[in-house]
Amino acid sequence: MFDFSVVTTWIDEGLRRIMPEAGAIAVECVIIGVLLLAVYAVFALVLILAERKVCAAFQCRLGPNRVGPWGLIQTVADMLKIITKEIISIRHVDRFLHNLAPFLVIIASLLAFACIPFAKGLQILDFNVGILFMIAASSIGIVGILLAGWSSNNKFSLIGAMRSGAQMISYELSIGLSILTMVVLAGTMQISRLVEAQGDLWFIFKGHIPACIAFIVYLIAGTAETNRGPFDLPEAESELTAGYHTEYSGMHFGFYYVAEFVNMFIVAAIATTVFLGGWMPLHIPGLDGFNRIMDYIPSLFWFLGKSALMVFVIMWFKWTFPRLRIDQLIHLEWKYLLPLNLVNLIAMVVIVALGWHF
Amino acid sequence: MQNVLILRIIFGLLAAVIAVFSIMAVRTRRILHAATYLLFVLFATAGLYFFLNYSFLGAVQLLVYAGGVIILYVFSILLTDTDCENASPMFSLRRWLALSATIGGIALVSFLLITNTWPQTDLPMDAEISMKTIGRTLMGTEKYHYLLPFEVMSLLLLACMAGALVIARKRS
Repeated sequence: MFDFSVVTTWIDEGLRRIMPEAGAIAVECVIIGVLLLAVYAVFALVLILAERKVCAAFQCRLGPNRVGPWGLIQTVADMLKIITKEIISIRHVDRFLHNLAPFLVIIASLLAFACIPFAKGLQILDFNVGILFMIAASSIGIVGILLAGWSSNNKFSLIGAMRSGAQMISYELSIGLSILTMVVLAGTMQISRLVEAQGDLWFIFKGHIPACIAFIVYLIAGTAETNRGPFDLPEAESELTAGYHTEYSGMHFGFYYVAEFVNMFIVAAIATTVFLGGWMPLHIPGLDGFNRIMDYIPSLFWFLGKSALMVFVIMWFKWTFPRLRIDQLIHLEWKYLLPLNLVNLIAMVVIVALGWHF
Repeated sequence: MQNVLILRIIFGLLAAVIAVFSIMAVRTRRILHAATYLLFVLFATAGLYFFLNYSFLGAVQLLVYAGGVIILYVFSILLTDTDCENASPMFSLRRWLALSATIGGIALVSFLLITNTWPQTDLPMDAEISMKTIGRTLMGTEKYHYLLPFEVMSLLLLACMAGALVIARKRS
């Protein structure tokens, strides 16, 4: 399988040859930063198009089909439009917090995005507590949403922000516990090692029943964490116009929109990495020929394919289920998912301690 | 040599961010601004931990303080009366109390800073501490292990939770 670290070490050595070490590190930081932002933006464009196409398919429509073949350039046109739009400054808002909030949301999303292992050797941040850092980074976004709701000086925005905060704090528990279940199985928190440990068999098969329960809990909690339907009451348009980002215009609104879509991808990418083997091809112990054929498919395709499948499932949720009420949402987390998760964690510990996993 | 310079510059930047935003957090009249500046201070502190190559503590700092404590602060500010812009300036007795507490604090911290002997190192650790070491130290019962403080802390949090429930309970 192609290892992308060949490319990165080649660039690194080339840079070190023509300039001192400190300069090389600085140049690399700038290159990585620019690439990260570019990839982030491209992912957002692709995801928005995918959402519109999937939504159209579920509602028996065609979706965007005028700009470019099959409507492919529609979101690029939308992007150009939103970039040139005026950012309307509103009176009687707390200007400092109002302008800061979208950046907090997008920085949190970008930090988590930087941890994703896209392919073999293609990963930016790889701490030995990688998955913990990823959860920590994505939790910063809640502050941005709360500040946005408060600083807008609008009752609907404030209610939306409060709902969003309560929802995200609650569901973060489930996300953390379901990932902890898999960390117990893997014995490591470093994202690259998590993927490598799945070389013989993906964790969802290795950990059988508890892993499957953790996977389902993670998918529900992850959908809630990104404020997407059926858990999208922070921006329930029939009650709150648009929730916490009602007062935002132009690219400031665009930041929330982009962050929501990329956060959905991040949730799908974590599900892929922790449960479905990340960039690791499907390997079945004993079938050597089959495993070798699977290795011929590049790791980038494996990762993107599995993530696209998870993204489709999350979109499927949104366009199938009706929206929950806020009390139902909180009950679902604290009365059902959390106890289930705790029992599941103990079950996983017992299985790992007794060696009952594959 | 150059590496040391870069590390010094990064440290200087982080220290400056911490100092400036700490002062701004106590200087501002608006309580939500103060919480936001405090958030920046906590970010920079997490940055210091990452700078020292101790990513576990950095991640915990982000998760517990930036992602937990600050959100609870903001929540409680949103739920209570936030009309703090017209809050009257502090009256004189309280001002004198605050001043004496500040001077006492500065004296204590500078005494500790001057009398303490610091290890002479320029560079942070090369390798990260492995998760296993941290876990065993946190949960071990031998000397220099932290099981007892850990359990005492969890008892304290349990007491806080029970207290919050008692306060929030609806009395019929």
